Amino acid sequence: MTLPVLSLITWSPFVGALLIMFTARHRPLAVRLIAAVTTGVSSLGALWIYVVYDREAAGFQFYEKFPLVPPLGISYELGVDGISLLLVLLTSVIIVAGVFASWTITVRSQEFYALLLALVTGVFGVFVTLDLFVFFLFYELAVLPMYLLIGVWGSSGEIRPRGIFAWAYRETGVGTKEYAAMKLTLYLLFGSAFILVGIFALYVNAGASSFSFVDLEGVSFAPAVQRWVFLAFYVGFGVLAGIWPLHTWSPDGHASAPTAVSMLHAGVLMKLGAYGVVRMGMGLLPGGAAELAWLMGTVACVNIVYGALSAMAQTDLKYVVAYSSVSHMGIVMLGAATLTETGLNGSVFQMFAHGVMTGLFFALVGLVYEKAHSREIGKMGGFGAVMPGIATAFTVGSLSSLGLPATAGFIAELLTFLGAWRSDHRWWLFPAVAGTFLTAVYVLRVAKQIFWGPPSPHFHHLEDARGPEWVALVLLVAVLVLFGMVPGLAITPVDTATLPLLARIVGF
Amino acid sequence: MDANVWLPVLVLGLPFASFVLLAVVAPLRRAGGAAGAVSIAAIAPAFLVAVLVWGEGLGSEATWSWIPADEGPTATVGLLVDPLSNAMLVLVTLVSLLVQIYSLAYLHDERPASLGRYYTFQSLFAFSMLGLVLSPSFIQMFVFWELVGLCSYLLIGYWYTRPTAARAAVKAFWITKLGDLGFVIGIVMLWSATGTFEFRALFAKAQEHALAIEGLGTIMFLVYLGAVGKSAQFPLHVWLPDAMEGPTPVSALIHAATMVTAGVFMVTRAQPLFVLVPAVLALIGWVGAFTALLAATMACVESDIKRVLAYSTVSQLGYMMAAAGAGAPYASFLHLLTHGLFKALLFLAAGAVIHAVGTNDIFRMGGLFRAMPQTGVVFIVGTLALAGLPPLAGFFSKEAILAGVWEADMTGPFLMLALTALLTAFYMFRVVFVAFFGRAPAAGHPHEPSWTMRGPLWVLAALTVLVGIRLAIGSVGEHHGPGWLPPLSVAAALGGIVLAWAAYQRGALDPGRLAATFPFSVVDVLARRRYGLDALYAGLYRSFILGFSRLIGWIDRYLVDGLLNFLSAWTLRGGDLLRRIQSGHAQDYVYGVAFGVLLLLIWSQWWPR
Amino acid sequence: MSLTAYLTLAALVFAIGLFGVLTRRNAIGILLGIELMLNAVNINLVAFARFHGDLLGLVFTLFTIAITVAEVALGLAIVIVIFRVRRTVEADRLDLLRG
Repeated sequence: MTLPVLSLITWSPFVGALLIMFTARHRPLAVRLIAAVTTGVSSLGALWIYVVYDREAAGFQFYEKFPLVPPLGISYELGVDGISLLLVLLTSVIIVAGVFASWTITVRSQEFYALLLALVTGVFGVFVTLDLFVFFLFYELAVLPMYLLIGVWGSSGEIRPRGIFAWAYRETGVGTKEYAAMKLTLYLLFGSAFILVGIFALYVNAGASSFSFVDLEGVSFAPAVQRWVFLAFYVGFGVLAGIWPLHTWSPDGHASAPTAVSMLHAGVLMKLGAYGVVRMGMGLLPGGAAELAWLMGTVACVNIVYGALSAMAQTDLKYVVAYSSVSHMGIVMLGAATLTETGLNGSVFQMFAHGVMTGLFFALVGLVYEKAHSREIGKMGGFGAVMPGIATAFTVGSLSSLGLPATAGFIAELLTFLGAWRSDHRWWLFPAVAGTFLTAVYVLRVAKQIFWGPPSPHFHHLEDARGPEWVALVLLVAVLVLFGMVPGLAITPVDTATLPLLARIVGF
Repeated sequence: MDANVWLPVLVLGLPFASFVLLAVVAPLRRAGGAAGAVSIAAIAPAFLVAVLVWGEGLGSEATWSWIPADEGPTATVGLLVDPLSNAMLVLVTLVSLLVQIYSLAYLHDERPASLGRYYTFQSLFAFSMLGLVLSPSFIQMFVFWELVGLCSYLLIGYWYTRPTAARAAVKAFWITKLGDLGFVIGIVMLWSATGTFEFRALFAKAQEHALAIEGLGTIMFLVYLGAVGKSAQFPLHVWLPDAMEGPTPVSALIHAATMVTAGVFMVTRAQPLFVLVPAVLALIGWVGAFTALLAATMACVESDIKRVLAYSTVSQLGYMMAAAGAGAPYASFLHLLTHGLFKALLFLAAGAVIHAVGTNDIFRMGGLFRAMPQTGVVFIVGTLALAGLPPLAGFFSKEAILAGVWEADMTGPFLMLALTALLTAFYMFRVVFVAFFGRAPAAGHPHEPSWTMRGPLWVLAALTVLVGIRLAIGSVGEHHGPGWLPPLSVAAALGGIVLAWAAYQRGALDPGRLAATFPFSVVDVLARRRYGLDALYAGLYRSFILGFSRLIGWIDRYLVDGLLNFLSAWTLRGGDLLRRIQSGHAQDYVYGVAFGVLLLLIWSQWWPR
Repeated sequence: MSLTAYLTLAALVFAIGLFGVLTRRNAIGILLGIELMLNAVNINLVAFARFHGDLLGLVFTLFTIAITVAEVALGLAIVIVIFRVRRTVEADRLDLLRG
């Protein structure tokens, strides 16, 4: 029997969470070490499957299966293809960086790390599960701990009630971390309701015998089912992927969340939404995808431009980064909507690139906040002189964000552009390209304001990143540059998964 | 691999190795001088190898898969070694080497960590620029195109604590990026139409007339937009004068000799494609000539020595583009090379002057020739070359351009360029007379710079003369214009010199009064305001982009999200209403139950079946 | 006697019990009312068992009685605890569950 490596990757953080809860009370160092070791095990596993994954063969590899509820056709079925392979790798990179970036958290660190690790198990589970029922369980496991993580360890901002709905802002407490946590959770549960309905619709329509992705993939659903279930998946997963106009949980949630949670959420969980649309929506419902691609792509274009412009208008550093995620997720969805090989590869590449990049951004914002105790961009200035390491990492992140060559962001955007111009809706290219310019405007503007110029009089005794924090920064920067210079690392496996997917859509 | 490939790879690899070493090994970088030594130690052999490659006339092409796809790679990387890239290799490595040596002295007051950062960027720039000139495909060219833009951004902002430098760096990035949008859209379209980025494949198709793509004109125009941004053509030239906020050696290398010529190089490289669309080519010519004239007028009213040189660079880039547009890429490329030499010389000499007097303002200089004669001599050599006097290098390339434009029957651009030649001589000698022979006392304590700075100056001055002589005796030129052209060109240059002499040395002409008389007054007022372009961009940026973003931000926060908060507030209110039912008195609930049972009873008894 | 008579008695007892539950202010009174209602059910069960000749009704009644005892014990205990804490068993003033 071979080692069930996917199970190992998935459950290792969960074991870590249990160990932390039951053995490490009042021992913060032990908590961190357990977290580092168990996520380290997952990461090594992820790296291992990435290395030995057979790039010649298509289909799911490292397959595991045993039945859970045979009468209903529910089983514990794991496997990865090129797309999930890359996303598992992304998750492992982000969580390792996240554990190190939040090394200095002191309040209730035991519960914090336990929840964080439980959440990571959910994320890994979603990426490797091939059973839709178990998929949903993991999906909820990935979404729900967020409520506590933000509500307890988050930070509140201030948003002035204005406009015609000002009274509603006062009543709902907009700006507080409790508001953000509740909004995020309710929004995502709203989405998962659609997903659950979609899953059951497919299950029933396929004869109510199996929840297995592999089995359902073989079923050819009726056009009406294709259309409506795809729409349900698109809306349900799209909420998590931040599609306009269902994105407003993201800025508030990410701005309020503690560093590691923002990293994980923007870096990985939003990808989980996009992954859901690609894997379940496009994978199971090729006809629906072909029919509704115009909607996906058009909304994605809105996301790109609208997100970038919104980011530009923000004065709070975390909100800038959060809105940039909304903009960049547009590239992911646009790439998928092009229904071309290059576009879809670009989409998956962007999932990876944006995950690492936004993880880096949130880590940096967390560090800056921790040292300066402020997120107000207008008050900052000249930090480059006192924190050159952070400034350098921020610059690399910015460059990837605006799609500069030799960073991962460029490859993703280029492929998406190529795909867009080859798709049925050529005009998608223009908003997408305009988005890169707007990104250059807001990202460099922020970098200039914070790190360049004369030192701000508001801050004293600032310092650069220290010890474990460097691990996070160096890891993320290195991954960004490496994948930007050698894109084949990601595209070769991804291509094996996107081609069959496209063949089904085009063939439909 | 044969020498045709690995020698150019070596040229490319040495600065890259130096960059990686300096970027990764932090202690080495923070040592400052040692970092400089590493960088110079990498670029010096690269220069020698480049000379070898050029001297041997190597030629090869090699590509490797970069972005894989199912049916052959989407994009490749590789090398295209031909006379065009060989000449550029020599120019880039030479100027890089000289600038890096010069910088050791110029920046000796900097903190070691800053100096290390400077040399890290210098190495990255050398690598990127070399990668650009060796590109065998549009995509690789775009990659390095953006990377040199990045280096430009980082080096303009080298003194990042200065707000002006920070602003100039960002401005340069944004404006060039604006042009690059066109470039990237153009190559994406080209790829969609042809399935390749590679020059060789595209040229082959062009030759077989297999490139009759609908919209090729649009594509090539978009590609040209990239060059408009990078090579500071009207209307995207506004970033280059501001880029002078960077250290002077950076201006010499990036913003005069190499990076800004990337646009010209690209148009030259892709000439077989551009000739397919004569309308775009004509546009390139007209815009180039117009840029040349416009920038020359602005140079005439500028009092910052570096900015004069910057406008002059814009103007000369316009010259090159005009030639490229007139179908004379050879002349354009020749001018690119000679201009690279003498403009680097001028900038470095200006740097020596600034270093000595501590100001950029030519009216706060004066009589410098006595204090720094060597610098003065090389500056004058550069000025004469730029003004286009024989037998210096600039004369021949400029004459080739004028000939090319004349033969292309582009009378309008020709007249603009001829007028520009006069103005060029005028504004350059204005600087010479005011700064080096002026009667005003110079600020600071002018002195001759150290040999580390003087050496590169003399090398460049010597090359300017030698290349000129080589061009004079050899029949390198392909274009022989009409016989009246050389006298006209020399006359224009001399006219400019005499005018400058009369106005600024002899005092026979009062420049202030001249500028107030009619045709000149309009130009003077406009040129001093930079033709309102900077203000236009600033206004567009502030009101259009930022204003629009504020609007969208407001909409997102208070309408899109407001609707959500509205719903959630009403949900809360609804809950609040329903909450009142829950009185907490158990008996009330029993009333409810009893009443409910009663209703059920009634319903079951009397409901019609 | 006919079944109707038993059922009428049970209905009367139930109504009296319900009236007690709804109107008494004292918690002990409410408990007593609940007892009456439960006993009305017992009467029904026994009556049906007697007239249908089915012992199952008697078995149910036994269960109900046992449960009623437990319920009264628990209810009184709760009332005593409430009295200790709040110094009152007035139902009107016990509204901790108000929304």
